Amino acid sequence: MFGRTKQVAPKLDGLFALPSAALTLQTELDLVSSGNAGLCFKAGSGESSITTDDEVMQLLNFDDTTGTVKITTDDLGFKWLVVTDPELDGLVTRIHGANTTMVEHGLGPRLLCAVFGFVPKTPPGDGSVRLVYLLKQGTFYPFAPTGPSQRDNELELRVRSFIGDDLPMEKDLSRWMALWNLPVT
Amino acid sequence: MAKSKIEGDKGLNVRMFITGLALVILYVIIISVLISVGVQFGIVIVIAAALIFSQYYFSDKIAMFSMHAKEVTPQQEPKLHQIVDRLCLLADMKKPRVGVAEMDIPNAFATGRSPSHAVICATRGLMNRLSDEELEAVLAHELSHVAHRDVAIMTIASGVGMLAGLVSRIALWSTMLSGGGRGKNGQQLVLLELATFLISIIIYVISFLLTMALSRYRELAADRSGAILIGKPSVLASALVHITGDMGKIPRTDLRKAEGMNAFFFAPALSGKTAASLFSTHPSLEVRLDQLNKLERELNG
Repeated sequence: MFGRTKQVAPKLDGLFALPSAALTLQTELDLVSSGNAGLCFKAGSGESSITTDDEVMQLLNFDDTTGTVKITTDDLGFKWLVVTDPELDGLVTRIHGANTTMVEHGLGPRLLCAVFGFVPKTPPGDGSVRLVYLLKQGTFYPFAPTGPSQRDNELELRVRSFIGDDLPMEKDLSRWMALWNLPVT
Repeated sequence: MAKSKIEGDKGLNVRMFITGLALVILYVIIISVLISVGVQFGIVIVIAAALIFSQYYFSDKIAMFSMHAKEVTPQQEPKLHQIVDRLCLLADMKKPRVGVAEMDIPNAFATGRSPSHAVICATRGLMNRLSDEELEAVLAHELSHVAHRDVAIMTIASGVGMLAGLVSRIALWSTMLSGGGRGKNGQQLVLLELATFLISIIIYVISFLLTMALSRYRELAADRSGAILIGKPSVLASALVHITGDMGKIPRTDLRKAEGMNAFFFAPALSGKTAASLFSTHPSLEVRLDQLNKLERELNG
């Protein structure tokens, strides 16, 4: 009760709403999947036997006939499983699968968020947007960085106004945290 | 105390109102206690006046402290100083000290008992969110507060209200006593005491509401002079839109850093909203934008 954080199982169902929201994004804002998605998690800190990137990759056991998967470390020391697949459905399936596997192996507490990239279909468009999925909350929010610490709030709110009904959108705007310099385009 | 900040959130206003009311009631209680322990009325008035005066005299220190703001040199914040330099040249006024508060909520304020003791402060969140032009517009608004001597005016206004309440309370009290306190029984005395207490609270509240109305008026005046100073009301309007309402709520803080701060961000605590809410009250965003639109048509239409 005191000082112990209750562990919350990641909520993954929201992810499957993404493909239909992507259709709306394309028709309304001319944004399409960039073919990139990422899963952000904390580096191992000894509470689990799985610590190295190779061990995580082995665990996930991806079939790499249609896309690529790699693990990178960002400036803040967080790990990113970066998935590339031209099909959004493929990205969603892989991110969902990776999540499930990691939770099964006790890595659930390390998971932070999943990110899907969207870019203008006919450049130069309005700028690209990432859809961030908060795994603990099971909610999405848009993130449209335009510089090292600048983000386009107008575009983000416009994205919400179009796909707010299709996706479980994060209602509390103060939770729309930035992810500066993330490795998912 | 300090009065300026660029905000217009409904929830904020409600909270500010409640905080203000709580402060008023606290004042009344302190004064009642002083009177009931037998401190002389004259001394009570002197104490109240001293409180109000020190609040005014140390306004810059109090505001800077409560906003966690630090004064910065031109080397530390060249852009901010440059903008203030340019505006002071334009307005032909003495350059105030410049401060920065390291917080993500977009906000700015001006404080200090006189233009020569003034400080103008911006939060990091404000500087991150606005373009240079918009930042200039917000700083022009704050400089207008300095030029209008708004800290002094608002202190006098709230001080006068406070003293009016105090004096009326003392007057009622002495009438009650001179009306032959000895002839009354205990129950009547309690009722009279309660009535005096209620009446003085009502007077405090009325003066508090008047002070808020004055504050809203001073904000519009600062919007107006600030916009005229830079000659571009629409830029101030755009800055207001970017830092109030929904856009002002979207953080610049990194999710990964926030995650480290609150274990698993289960109840993410960016409690900044409460920090800035103590000071003044502002007109609604609509009213401010409306004024700026009209001004834009007058100046550049």
